[in-house]
Amino acid sequence: MESKMPNPTRVEINCTTGEVLEIELTDAEVAELTYQAELAAERKAEADAKAEADAQAKAALLERLGITADEAKLLLA
Amino acid sequence: MPNTFELIQAYTVGSGGQSSIDFNTIPSTYTDLCFKISVRITRSGYVGDILNISFNGASTSESSRRIEGAGSGSATSASNALLLAYQGSTTDATASTFGNGELYIPNYAGSTNKSASNDGVSENNGTTAYAGLTANLWSSTAAINQVTFTPDGGSNFVQYSTIYCYGVKNA
Repeated sequence: MESKMPNPTRVEINCTTGEVLEIELTDAEVAELTYQAELAAERKAEADAKAEADAQAKAALLERLGITADEAKLLLA
Repeated sequence: MPNTFELIQAYTVGSGGQSSIDFNTIPSTYTDLCFKISVRITRSGYVGDILNISFNGASTSESSRRIEGAGSGSATSASNALLLAYQGSTTDATASTFGNGELYIPNYAGSTNKSASNDGVSENNGTTAYAGLTANLWSSTAAINQVTFTPDGGSNFVQYSTIYCYGVKNA
């Protein structure tokens, strides 16, 4: 029978006594961490996709206008 | 102006990593608190990341404003709940580098709302590394006796990450 891997831990430091407690996360806390990690990965993917779409839109606009990015900067300066 | 630093507690993460680091039962005998932070976290996809902080375990009445730069392009700004900007180098940063910074909490034991300022940089021997400044506000009159640091995005602190807690007061 396989034994369960221990969960990650968090640490509590008592600043009055100096006692350091390492506390194993509960399964619910591990599930919450996993959810947060998935959420963060989704947000990152969305941000990357938006940045890519913005870059493509900018390049297409410059091409339509027939100017370079440096020339566009000059116009906006 | 407070002019003495006294180490209250230092903590270095061991081989298993930690999901959060909590300093509690902080004595109220100092004028200000100062945390010196050098951490690396397990998150990937960025070369630097933010840390979330909480005071006394609270998650309400918190706000912050931060400004950040990445070494190229324009600086950006954002608002969030309490956080520390770019304190953590991540798994995408150069191996064995750690993000560094400071969190300063003036009048932490007073009976007015609590402010806290932070500067931080992610360390990366590459073309992109972040630097950030954060102004935090916890709208609570309670004395701060607990400060908890948690990496963003469900990640962990890696081994050898350190956080030192100092009390600051007049001599």
